[in-house]
Amino acid sequence: MSRLGSIVRDGDIVSGALLAALGTYIISRASTWDYMTANGPGPGFFPLWYGICIVALSLALVGHALFKGISETHEPIDWRGVGRAIVTWLAFVIATALMPFLGFVIAFTLLCLCLIHIVFRQPLLRAIVASVAITAVFKLIFVVLLQLDLPIGPLGI
Amino acid sequence: MDIINGLAHGFGIALVPQNLLWCFVGCFLGTVVGILPGLGPAATIAILMPLTLNMDPAGGIIMLTGIYYGAKYGGSTTSILLNMPGESSSVVSCIDGYQMARNGRAGAALGIAAIASFIAGTVGIVLLTLVAPAVARFALSFSAPEYFALMAFGLSLVVLLSGASLLKGLLALLVGLWLSTIGIDLFSAQSRFTFGRSELLGGLDFVVIAIGVFAIAEILTTIQHRQEGTLIPVPKGFRNLLPSREELKASRFAFVNGSFTGFIIGVLPGAGSAIASFIAYGIEKAVSKRKEMFGKGAPEGLAAPEGANNADTGGALVPLLTLGIPGGGTTAILLSALVLWGIRPGPLMITESPDIFWGLVASMYVGNVVLLLLNLPLVPLFAQLLRVPTWILFPVIFGLSIIGAYSVSERIFDVELLAAFGLLGFLMAKTGFPSAPLILGFVLGDAMERALRQSLMMSQGDLTTFFQRPISLVLLIAAVVILLLPLVSWFNRARVRAISEGA
Repeated sequence: MSRLGSIVRDGDIVSGALLAALGTYIISRASTWDYMTANGPGPGFFPLWYGICIVALSLALVGHALFKGISETHEPIDWRGVGRAIVTWLAFVIATALMPFLGFVIAFTLLCLCLIHIVFRQPLLRAIVASVAITAVFKLIFVVLLQLDLPIGPLGI
Repeated sequence: MDIINGLAHGFGIALVPQNLLWCFVGCFLGTVVGILPGLGPAATIAILMPLTLNMDPAGGIIMLTGIYYGAKYGGSTTSILLNMPGESSSVVSCIDGYQMARNGRAGAALGIAAIASFIAGTVGIVLLTLVAPAVARFALSFSAPEYFALMAFGLSLVVLLSGASLLKGLLALLVGLWLSTIGIDLFSAQSRFTFGRSELLGGLDFVVIAIGVFAIAEILTTIQHRQEGTLIPVPKGFRNLLPSREELKASRFAFVNGSFTGFIIGVLPGAGSAIASFIAYGIEKAVSKRKEMFGKGAPEGLAAPEGANNADTGGALVPLLTLGIPGGGTTAILLSALVLWGIRPGPLMITESPDIFWGLVASMYVGNVVLLLLNLPLVPLFAQLLRVPTWILFPVIFGLSIIGAYSVSERIFDVELLAAFGLLGFLMAKTGFPSAPLILGFVLGDAMERALRQSLMMSQGDLTTFFQRPISLVLLIAAVVILLLPLVSWFNRARVRAISEGA
């Protein structure tokens, strides 16, 4: 495996770099706000200090990962498992994006259908029946019985 | 109000039929949650919290706390029958519990777990009843610098004991602090880190973060590592759940060990019930005359951790209720629930909200009995829950999570944030960052900044104010020592390695 590939796969180096970037952003924003005022510390005081700590510790994390040496013997990544998790998350994101337009009932039924049929590999008919049943139970409990307001779609449901 | 009168007042509240019902519902849900792998009490409480906000605060907190300690009971069932902990604190129970079940003593193992949980849980609550008022009286002398130092001390323990590396725990904590500062600054009205989004002016909602980081991330992680286990059938009939005289005799000291170890570890912020059960197991093995039986189905090896993880609950509520300092993710959610009801946990809670404080404590005595009654005869029924397929369970959890996040402010934006925090929690789990410090950083961040700024306003910017007050000085020194401990042990290991390589 190439050294660059190892760095990319080393979670500590990547997460440390991302956190260092976050810390730098926090410091840059905090430095534009008052650090100290006549009434005491300003809005920039606390963020500036934890921002500095984030940068220092994330650099320490990267340094530690490099110091211990990038492992060439990573455990093989379970790409199939990661794929299942990512598909699940994407289905959730898409359902959320559709919810203002389709309403909770339709968007959530589609989410259930995707999870049950694609992620859990259940037969389509079973997935459709289960998705509709689960959504119907939710609608009954939360909207009808508990009177919660959930997003409503074009069909009025 | 003294302890006896307080407790009597509390039973008057806990035994109201409505609150009894909520206590039963909480214990029942907790047991179910403990049994089902992939959904912990933190995620469940976070999901249900928005739905309880319209309830009477006493009933609401009684139910949510019932879920918390009920899950400790339920977790043992999965450990014993499936060798798969339903809850993180039940990991140690797998060692001897599953072996007992494999040796044909599944019923006795479930019985011992229930008895240990009941005894230790009750001891934990008795100690909570006795200790909490004294801690609250002591904390009444605290002002802003002491509170800041106390939070620094609590957070230092959290990162040290969070299980992952010190660096990662600290970084997760700092990210939590950052999240807590998003929105309008209450002192100056300056908007901070809002990225131009008006939805963020009011700050992030704790419920959304907690459901995302706990529930959604747990679902994604479980979907990634789909595990199957072999379920050992539960013997039918109540008599088969009773341990033998020899098993009870072997466990008698483990009940005591588990009770006190669990409570003491529970009081320490950040330690958590998983550590309590590990330590109780270690003590039991160290003092046992039949060490060779441990790992092969020793009943005392099951009783000690099961007791510890239940007594831990009483201990964990001491800093939460008397100081307003949660020790872990679940108690952080309980703290937020109380705050949303307008109750501020801390030294004044016992006098200002006696109904909530004493009602909650008394309900835990009741809940412990409810759990014993639920767990002994109904274990075979609960065990059937393990047969619910995940393809039904996970869409249901998703639905509850979406509704929980949406119902806070009735905004789709919160569901979008839920997705973002779910991904963040999943990535944190993948890269070994603990999520509890992030949650605690978020919960305590606002109060910590306020205490820091009030202290510096009082001292006109003089930082030495924290070192001139004895309590704050001691707490800050303790925090620094705790943070330096891993460095000392690392230095010692390096020195030993250098000496052995030199020789």
